[in-house]
Amino acid sequence: MKAAVVQFPGSNCDTDCEAALKSFPGVEASIVWHKETSLPGYDAIVLPGGFSYGDYLRCGSIARFSPIMAAVRDAADAGVLVIGICNGFQILCEAGLLPGTLLRNNGLLFRCEHTHLRVENTETPFTAVLHKGQVLDIPIAHGEGNYFAEPETLCQIEENGQVLLRYCDASGNVAPEANPNGSLGNIAGICSHGRNVFGLMPHPERVCDPLLGGTDGRGIFQSMIEAVQQAKA
Amino acid sequence: MKAVVTVMPKPAILDPAGVATGRAMEHLGLKGVRSVRIGKSIEIEVDGATEAQLHEIAHDLLSNPVVEDYKLQILA
Repeated sequence: MKAAVVQFPGSNCDTDCEAALKSFPGVEASIVWHKETSLPGYDAIVLPGGFSYGDYLRCGSIARFSPIMAAVRDAADAGVLVIGICNGFQILCEAGLLPGTLLRNNGLLFRCEHTHLRVENTETPFTAVLHKGQVLDIPIAHGEGNYFAEPETLCQIEENGQVLLRYCDASGNVAPEANPNGSLGNIAGICSHGRNVFGLMPHPERVCDPLLGGTDGRGIFQSMIEAVQQAKA
Repeated sequence: MKAVVTVMPKPAILDPAGVATGRAMEHLGLKGVRSVRIGKSIEIEVDGATEAQLHEIAHDLLSNPVVEDYKLQILA
């Protein structure tokens, strides 16, 4: 798999994503500056976390108009895997590549902690090696992660199985107490209707090495790698 | 041309910053606070733009139509 990690001014998880990807055998990963206008030959595109453009105006609202985003949109339309993590998720929502938006956390606090996530749908290129109902331990670090969509939109994404991860407790119960930010339906991550664009607030790249406290993030990248291999076979 | 774009959270959207600020007002002795909503006011000076162009900018960039409404005022 050849992956591009897009670097916006203010991205700060770009090299973490690059390192996490490169820890898998056979994966090539490179950082691509947001002023680039094409993404030729990439199997996967990562929009990393951070504070693109200082979160000015709204999180992701300015990055959404960066020159690279036209190429990201074209790639998404062509079926290339696109994953947006944290600020990347916010950018994908602003760009309209994913439905809904991320509001200020309901408690106003910046939440930086480990969360438990229940895997809701494994029939996607991002979750195929996981098990339905599996509980992952992946950290969050955000002030604007409160997922919101209008009722009709929310209904559609639920019915289409686009909710891939929900905040839960350690036993997998999706309870209000396990919701760190007020997200509707405890939603932590959703994919597009076509299943090839995925946005999530938690940071899987931060739990890809036992030295960093866990490896529960690896399944998401492993799923992507296997999906790309299968598509090429 | 001078214009002001006012961006406000839609009425149905919870504005936690507004709620917290309202509580601080009560803390300072202001009684009967029913609602506080926090938005943005964006002042623009631009040459040769049309009102339609400014509406497009206000809709696509300055506000997020999923959760915000905007109002465009042309001042001069």
